[in-house]
Amino acid sequence: MSRRRIEVLLHALPAWLVPLCLLGSVEIAMRVSGIQSDGLALPSQIAGALVAAIADGEIFLRTAETIGAISLGVPVGGMLGLLLGVWLGLSPRAARLASLSIELFRPIPPVAVIPLMMLIYGLGIRMEASIVAFACFWPTLLLSRDAVLGVEPRLIEVARMLGLSYRKQITKIALPAALPRIFTAVRLTLGIALIVAVTTEIAANPFGLGYAIISAGLSLRPEVMYAFLIWLAILGWLLNAGLIALHHRLFGQAYGDVA
Amino acid sequence: MNHVGSFPARANEASATPAIAFDDIRLELGGKCIIDGLSFAVAPGEFACIVGPSGCGKTTLLRLVTGLLSPSRGEVRRFGDAVQGPSRDVAIVFQDYGRALLPWRTAAGNIALAFEAMNTPRHERAERIAVLLDKVGLTGHGNKYPAQLSGGMQQRVQIARCLAQQPRILLMDEPFGALDALTRQDLQDEIAGLIRDSGATALFVTHDLDEAIYLGDRVFALEANPGRLAEIIDVGLARPRNQLQTREHPEFLRLRHVLFDHVQKTH
Repeated sequence: MSRRRIEVLLHALPAWLVPLCLLGSVEIAMRVSGIQSDGLALPSQIAGALVAAIADGEIFLRTAETIGAISLGVPVGGMLGLLLGVWLGLSPRAARLASLSIELFRPIPPVAVIPLMMLIYGLGIRMEASIVAFACFWPTLLLSRDAVLGVEPRLIEVARMLGLSYRKQITKIALPAALPRIFTAVRLTLGIALIVAVTTEIAANPFGLGYAIISAGLSLRPEVMYAFLIWLAILGWLLNAGLIALHHRLFGQAYGDVA
Repeated sequence: MNHVGSFPARANEASATPAIAFDDIRLELGGKCIIDGLSFAVAPGEFACIVGPSGCGKTTLLRLVTGLLSPSRGEVRRFGDAVQGPSRDVAIVFQDYGRALLPWRTAAGNIALAFEAMNTPRHERAERIAVLLDKVGLTGHGNKYPAQLSGGMQQRVQIARCLAQQPRILLMDEPFGALDALTRQDLQDEIAGLIRDSGATALFVTHDLDEAIYLGDRVFALEANPGRLAEIIDVGLARPRNQLQTREHPEFLRLRHVLFDHVQKTH
């Protein structure tokens, strides 16, 4: 085959071939070497466990639990963070007064509030959602504050010259101008929410995908554990891809594609 | 300060209250004196151009008229009243149209912002926007976003948005500085026509001496460090002006000479 034809062929290769080939070679390598370990499982066994978990619906139940906690926690923490962030972005005085408190509370790892939330809510979705909300609150607060602060000053001058009221300056200029960056904050926040939710489930809450992973590990069923890990990877990827698509749909043309 | 020009200043200047008056303005920003002892007046309906080296406070002068900025000393008056802050009677066309337009709104939507500010009844807006788009030569482009328009077209949108508020004073800050030569000439003729039709007073800042003479009734030349008035030139060229004939007119060339000599002296 000529060099040119090889290059054309390489160009046509889809990206999903890479993980597939990787799994295939792991399967072959493990079978040939006959390696045995509690921490490993054959890719074929993992695929079987994944199919079984899908067949008996366990994977969907666990996913629904985790997603449920996220979809309760993200709106609560995100909305509070957004409102406060926009306010701090608009009012330099409020920002100055709040700055120390924010810098004090923000470094607290969300996982460190698990014991507190367990005292308040016990185990279950409310405890987990409150930790997710806590984790989402701070990045949304800071990013939406910066988004408002980053609004083109020229636009504010235009608004003042047109005689827009202060309220309209906010609703018609500052908020729409900040929207793409606020949406980026939401995307980031959802990633954080998934991490925090699964961490909470592994550390404390007998609930959701994190619990499924830790119990598979504890009962020495690595293939089930891997199956759930792969499922988590796919879930996270889908979430992000969906949000990016939504971002382009919402802001692509109108905003001249602000990434 | 000497007075150059073969034609007398416009007759109404003495009788009417000036549209814009700078009265012994001094402005310090961050401990630096930007403008010092500046006084001059622009008559209602006059097209006044301001030229001068960079750092002479041309843009600052416009901002003083908008009320976005206040002088350290002296007074700026619009139609006899001291400037307190922005007013709908005053509109400004910024040079950086790319930053002055809302990128998430279409051309029509950007013009609509002026009507939203004035609480114009909803049913009137569409028609008035169509008229304005037509005036600035953007018929059929109302649904396009700024990113889909050329620089000249974006600047037209900004001009239309300014005209929407029917200002008595239109300020322009090097509005055509970022455009190519042909587009600039088109827009020069259009803005001259629009100002004439609207009867507004224009204060036009430019670094292009030819442009100042071509557009202005009078040209105010500033000098820098600190910004001061150096010279006033009366432009007596007939209107409507023409890119070829006016620019070849002996009087145009004479004024151009005077202005260039002056700029070289003070530079």
